Amino acid sequence: MSLSRRMLFGLPLLVVGVGGAGFYELLRRMQTGSYNPQAFNNPLVGHDVPDFTLPGVDGREGFDKKLLAAQTRPVLVNFFASWCVPCAGEAPYLDRLAKSGVDIWGIAYQDKPEAIGLYLAKYGNPYARLATDPSGRTAINWGVYGVPESFLIAPGGKVVWHVAAPLVPEVIDDQLRPVLRRLA
Amino acid sequence: MRRWFVLLLAGLALACGAAKASPAPSAASDHPTSITRDGVKLTFAQEARAEAIGNKLRCLVCQNETVENSRAGLAKQFRTIIRHRVAAGDSNRQIIAFMVKRYGIYVLLKPPFRPETWLLWLSPGIAALIGLAVLLFARRRRRATPPPLSPEETDRLKELLS
Repeated sequence: MSLSRRMLFGLPLLVVGVGGAGFYELLRRMQTGSYNPQAFNNPLVGHDVPDFTLPGVDGREGFDKKLLAAQTRPVLVNFFASWCVPCAGEAPYLDRLAKSGVDIWGIAYQDKPEAIGLYLAKYGNPYARLATDPSGRTAINWGVYGVPESFLIAPGGKVVWHVAAPLVPEVIDDQLRPVLRRLA
Repeated sequence: MRRWFVLLLAGLALACGAAKASPAPSAASDHPTSITRDGVKLTFAQEARAEAIGNKLRCLVCQNETVENSRAGLAKQFRTIIRHRVAAGDSNRQIIAFMVKRYGIYVLLKPPFRPETWLLWLSPGIAALIGLAVLLFARRRRRATPPPLSPEETDRLKELLS
């Protein structure tokens, strides 16, 4: 068989092989949660958090940009909602993360105080601080398009990492932990 | 039978014409000049602008619908923001820049030509060039004349043909 003839047979096989391997990897990552085909790069990463002031829940203090930027340790800001099913899914991992010493601040997105209270009582409260964004306008300013979304804020107020997916162990270990180690 | 049918058609046409020609009620309340959508009251011209902007933006929840067409809550919020900004006198460019600042160029249904999108924009041209190259290559190879037969081959050919 001549070289060109061999190529004629080999090329489609190669395309099928490489394509198949690519698809397999894609589906595997989708299953483990480290790849989200609907995700896009949030332009906020690498920039300071936008101005915001959000009230707390049940008369407690909320937080604002100034307080967030004044922290000396990185803060994981987690947008969640009591009506959001994947949020309940990530709740145990958030709890574990908080217990391991990561500061997590929660922003309840388009939610009601009673519902937030019930949700936290049921799934645990990993939040060192809790604010609420009933209109969702702060979330839009952060480029949030659906809960749960999490942002890691470095001391000084710069967004260093973002994920628009539940914080499952694979995402925490492969993405969040390395960034936290770099900041430490 | 046929004549009846023709008559009926003619009557219908006349009736339609009359309906069209009849003057519309001219009270001012029947000619609204503004419209309220997604909680914001705009003039028709402003509403048309808001719709044009919304049709250029992607609903990030459903991702294949425009902000204008989507029933998602986020799209509704986007429409409200767009309409508030139109009412406040922002230009189309300013409103689109507001969205792109928050959600990146992914929010645009028609991506701009930028370093990260050049491959996307030029891929049809690149594909056409590759096709052309393959075509030229194939034609050149086909045109190459085979070397003349050696004396042994000539003899063999004669033997086979005889």
